[in-house]
Amino acid sequence: MSIPRPKLLEMYRDMVTIRLYEETMAEAYLEGKQPVFNIAAGPVPGEMHLAAGQEPVAVGVCAHLRNDDAVVGTHRPHHFAIAKGVDLRKMTAEIFGKVTGLGRGKGGHMHLFDPDVHFSCSGIVGAGIPQAVGAALAFKKRNEDHVAVAFFGEGAANQGAFHEGLNLAALWRLPVIFVVEDNSYAISVPKSASTPIATNADRAAAYGIPGVYVDDNDVLAVYETAGEAVARARGGEGPTLIEVKTHRYFGHFQGDPEVYRPKDEVAQLKANDPIKRFREYLVQSSPDSTNPEADIVQMETEARQRVEDAFAFARESDYPAPEEALLHVFVD
Amino acid sequence: MNTSRKLTMARAISEAIAQEIERDDRVFVMGEDVGIYGGIFSATAGLYEKFGPEQVMDTPISETGFIGAALGLAMEGMRPIVELMFVDFFGVCMDQIYNHIAKNIYFSGGNVRVPLVLMTATGGGYNDAGQHSQCLWGTFAHLPGLKVVIPSTPFDAKGLMISAIRDDNPVIYMFHKGLMGLGWMTLIKDTTGPVPEEPYTIPFGRADIKREGNDVTIISVSMGVYQSLEAAKELERAGISAEVIDLRTLVPLDRETIAESVKKTRRVLVVDEDYLSYGMTGEIAATVMELAFDYLDAPVKRLAVPDVPIPYSRPLEQFVLPSAPKIVEAVKELLYS
Repeated sequence: MSIPRPKLLEMYRDMVTIRLYEETMAEAYLEGKQPVFNIAAGPVPGEMHLAAGQEPVAVGVCAHLRNDDAVVGTHRPHHFAIAKGVDLRKMTAEIFGKVTGLGRGKGGHMHLFDPDVHFSCSGIVGAGIPQAVGAALAFKKRNEDHVAVAFFGEGAANQGAFHEGLNLAALWRLPVIFVVEDNSYAISVPKSASTPIATNADRAAAYGIPGVYVDDNDVLAVYETAGEAVARARGGEGPTLIEVKTHRYFGHFQGDPEVYRPKDEVAQLKANDPIKRFREYLVQSSPDSTNPEADIVQMETEARQRVEDAFAFARESDYPAPEEALLHVFVD
Repeated sequence: MNTSRKLTMARAISEAIAQEIERDDRVFVMGEDVGIYGGIFSATAGLYEKFGPEQVMDTPISETGFIGAALGLAMEGMRPIVELMFVDFFGVCMDQIYNHIAKNIYFSGGNVRVPLVLMTATGGGYNDAGQHSQCLWGTFAHLPGLKVVIPSTPFDAKGLMISAIRDDNPVIYMFHKGLMGLGWMTLIKDTTGPVPEEPYTIPFGRADIKREGNDVTIISVSMGVYQSLEAAKELERAGISAEVIDLRTLVPLDRETIAESVKKTRRVLVVDEDYLSYGMTGEIAATVMELAFDYLDAPVKRLAVPDVPIPYSRPLEQFVLPSAPKIVEAVKELLYS
């Protein structure tokens, strides 16, 4: 597999953007919540589910997607949204509850809708799966070669929506890719206590579709597997189920006491961090032997600027007028 | 419009869908047994033969799957009509309906459109027991984000269906099995009504005064409208002039027509085949209190299914469902007690 360096750098930039975004969000989230944690306090209230560590899944898959391809994310949606190209300013403003947000402050972090890039997500585990199937059916009905991607966690693979979605997609041979992020925990419950088989990819066999388990939180491995699945979907060969072994660095939500995992687990995982690994690969494979980090650093700078710009925009934006709560139940 | 032609409600609905499929290639139907079977209650009869399996898609028994898919289709620019065979089955797919279909427009601040019609069968009176006989429109009307449409005549059924299909918002379209004109389910005397051949729309939020009167206002939807009209004839023989209002849509609700009628008649009976408590009858009573309290000569009276599941056995079911004689009795109590 040969990926042009500009593409690799773009993927690296997106991964770094995601990481910086989640770390910045974690800090912003704590504002107003110290010394006493109050979920309703601060500029970013409510639940907050961060995806640091899971960048390879979102980026490795979305690197194959075009603007018109649809992505349905989850309650932990930032990495998918960033990888799909959701407007970062509007997304951040939405999370800050501002009128300039994607949903004018009505959805918040679990309900991000950017129809310009065909992105949506849901706070209900597994619910996006049939919706992605529907998007794929729309593409098929119109003879378009777009694809739809449903991202969800390993915990969602025990929902009825997962099985119903796979069944329909296989039955109708739809251009959809189901991507399971196996981050080991459904909130606190380990996969071994929720799933009677080792990998959800095996469940593809029940629907007669390919199932692939990517046993490495590595963006290039995900990219390669996803590339085959996207090509199959675009070529009219139907759906694929991919499960990726990935890792969540933060708790299920910010404030999660994380009593369910060893204290040093995250530190150990970070020793094999996917962004660090990818950076090393980019340095080693650089065509510029005198300054192999130059284009990498440029991506890091771009990522930092994008994140800083988005948070500044969100902070400077206004809240919606309270009575806007009564608008937009319906469109005109 | 020429109204000399008479159709059943089932034919009126399938004609509306056919005309919209012909008009707009984004429109299509999906659901269980909507294809060659023509829908268990014939709402899609003849469409498969006319349009084929692309426009008239049979689905597996997988409501979360295909109703969730309908949302994905709608958000990607299609205009699906998706049938939930019995409204009672909402339990297996309610998350897609109320947490997603009904909320995505709001969550997006009006940036997405959800042009989806969820068509479903309601009603009892034919001894099908508690999982196949409910109305439940009060449940859906209670949750923000769905327009709730309930036709009572073939004419309204066609016009309201065309309006539903052309709406960019999700609409739950609730027909009553007993009003469809099915040869195998005879619950009313005449199941046909005048239906113009050309397409037409009926705006939502406009109640229809099905019969004018001066002494009492009877407000209902669906089968309750038929029963109220039957009761009104009986009441006329007793010298009581009843006005019968068919709400036609619960969301949006035509509160003005309710208030205006009450100001004229000063007495109200609300008839509902849905459950009594926390439902349509309570909402109408509250509306009357808010908009026409000073005009009332008697408290608002309600006739609805007492708070029990719909029972199977004929005498039990008939005991809990509204009927014309019960409406007559209730109106007399309202006027004379």
